[in-house]
Amino acid sequence: MKILVGYKRVVDYNVRIQVKPDGSGVVTDGVKLSANPFDDIALEEALRIRDKGLATEVVVVTMGPADCQAHIRNGLAMGANRAIHVVTEAAIQPLTAARAFLKLIEKEQPGLVLMGKQAIDDDANQTGQMLATLWGRPQATFAGAIAIDGGKAQVTREVDAGLEILDIDLPAVVTVDLRLNEPRFIKLPDIMKAKSKPLETLAFADLGVESADFLETTHYAPPAKRSKGVMVKDVAELVAALKNKGLV
Amino acid sequence: MSRVLIIAEHLNGQLNGATARCVSCAAALNADAIDVLVLSDAGQSVATQAAKISGVSTVRVSDNAANAHAIAQVLAPQIAQAAAGYSHVFGPSTTFGKDLMPCVAALLGVGQISDVMSVESSHSFKRPIYAGNAIITVNAPADKPVVATVRTASWPAAGNDGSAGIEPLSLSAPLPAHTRFVSLQQGKSDRPDLQSAGKVVSGGRALGSAENFAIVYSLADKLGAAVGASRAAVDAGYVPNELQVGQTGKIISPELYIAAGISGAIQHLTGIKDAGTIVAINKDAEAPIFEVADFGLVGDLFQILPELEKSI
Ligand SMILES: Cc1cc2nc3c(=O)[nH]c(=O)nc-3n(C[C@H](O)[C@H](O)[C@H](O)COP(=O)(O)OP(=O)(O)OC[C@H]3O[C@@H](n4cnc5c(N)ncnc54)[C@H](O)[C@@H]3O)c2cc1C
Ligand SMILES: Nc1ncnc2c1ncn2[C@@H]1O[C@H](COP(=O)(O)O)[C@@H](O)[C@H]1O
Repeated sequence: MKILVGYKRVVDYNVRIQVKPDGSGVVTDGVKLSANPFDDIALEEALRIRDKGLATEVVVVTMGPADCQAHIRNGLAMGANRAIHVVTEAAIQPLTAARAFLKLIEKEQPGLVLMGKQAIDDDANQTGQMLATLWGRPQATFAGAIAIDGGKAQVTREVDAGLEILDIDLPAVVTVDLRLNEPRFIKLPDIMKAKSKPLETLAFADLGVESADFLETTHYAPPAKRSKGVMVKDVAELVAALKNKGLV
Repeated sequence: MSRVLIIAEHLNGQLNGATARCVSCAAALNADAIDVLVLSDAGQSVATQAAKISGVSTVRVSDNAANAHAIAQVLAPQIAQAAAGYSHVFGPSTTFGKDLMPCVAALLGVGQISDVMSVESSHSFKRPIYAGNAIITVNAPADKPVVATVRTASWPAAGNDGSAGIEPLSLSAPLPAHTRFVSLQQGKSDRPDLQSAGKVVSGGRALGSAENFAIVYSLADKLGAAVGASRAAVDAGYVPNELQVGQTGKIISPELYIAAGISGAIQHLTGIKDAGTIVAINKDAEAPIFEVADFGLVGDLFQILPELEKSI
């Protein structure tokens, strides 16, 4: 079985996002870029499944600008067998990304597609679900545990009510949540090894995907700030303040 | 000219409060019709609850044994079929809606607007990106259906004095059999529900163990509050995952939020931006949580929480 992993490059989660004063976007020049944290977890899970002998190959897929090469090499250094880079300078919206993933799936015939539950830049939380829909295959989102068993998988999902277990036929799309695993650190020798691993580059335009980027972002604004309140010196003062507001 | 179809979220015959929040969002469109769709194996009682939400025009119920559990790939084809004639299809931005609505959007061939915070016009909305660090205005094309999830913390629940008609709806979309529900392990709790509670007491990594979390539960019980937690506390196994508050947990808007031993990482703050009053208890006076707290108290939570419980 082959596993395809969505491996998006995003602004690092530690960066303090600044909105440009003219509202045209967020500042991304000179900002640290990293793998989407959920995608690191998806990749780690794929590697563990392979290392248990349940899969033969892990392929990372990045759709992004030409300068994503270093990011993709990180995915290879973590342990993916090979990579596919779909080059697109403009950001693509989830439905378009899902259509592009479907093209790759038709070619690669994976038994499992692992993705992050959301990309922390657009916070869309859509691509995996859309892909499963277009593909006509099962989805299990927000995975906190995955057990592969022959042609099936049992996925434990972290849902609002608690933990839900689904039994799904493979192939399927599984999107991962934070507690699934702890991604490994990349070691220096692995970075060297990654240089010789296959990296296939495709132009987005050559995939023959009809764009579904219908949503237009017209303005970016910083969020409303909560004003800093007051410090109280002890519990009595706190209780008095809360009583005053009718909260206790 | 807007006609909105809202997908009801329900579990064990109970309508989830998120549905009434979606109705508020739909009402902001000045919609001509706000209908609620109940997909269930036996949806009558849920439909009766939905019919009481103020502003709802019609509740449409489609019973099917395949709908006994909310499996996105089973529900989505039915919704796509039911969506004919509607300009907008809304679901809540809960794990139910996040799982389901993108499938509906994909079937209708449109993008989804996630986490609608405000309605600017029938086809223009505000939503957060980058964990709420930027708010964008998004325009959707007027000639296509709008599929969106509603950020429930941004919208009050609509009232409860409606009397909408209830109509059965027959749907014929072919449904897949590739996904089977096995179980749902729910934290059994008599405490208020985290997502709709008026008061919430949350604990962080500082609690140190599941046993120590008892002081958080105890204060919460005294206040009639729900219990929440930071990701660090959940990861460490002090409390179950459904208590996590934040970017990847629950986004909540209680009147009172008490954060004890939580540093205030950006991903946590995203979940409590809309709280009425935030109280922070932390032994580090420099903790970022104090930047957003209405009332901050520096000290050891193991002393402060029991003292607080005694004095209210
Ligand atoms: C992609 C992503 C998504 C995330 N999503 C979430 C999310 O949804 N929710 C979330 O919460 N986090 C989330 N996180 C994690 C987040 O970045 C922080 O790591 C986490 O919130 C820290 O939890 P904490 O405040 O409990 O722990 P810490 O940051 O370790 O803080 C503990 C605090 O307790 C204080 N303290 C210690 N002892 C005492 C005492 N005796 N009395 C009083 N105070 C004491 C310390 O001063 C400190 O401020 C996410 C991270 C990533 C990368
Ligand atoms: N451009 C992309 N390149 C690679 N993977 C992507 C891309 N866009 C989305 N994905 C995958 O889809 C997941 C969800 O993204 P989103 O729907 O944008 O929140 C991500 O965590 C990735 O695994």
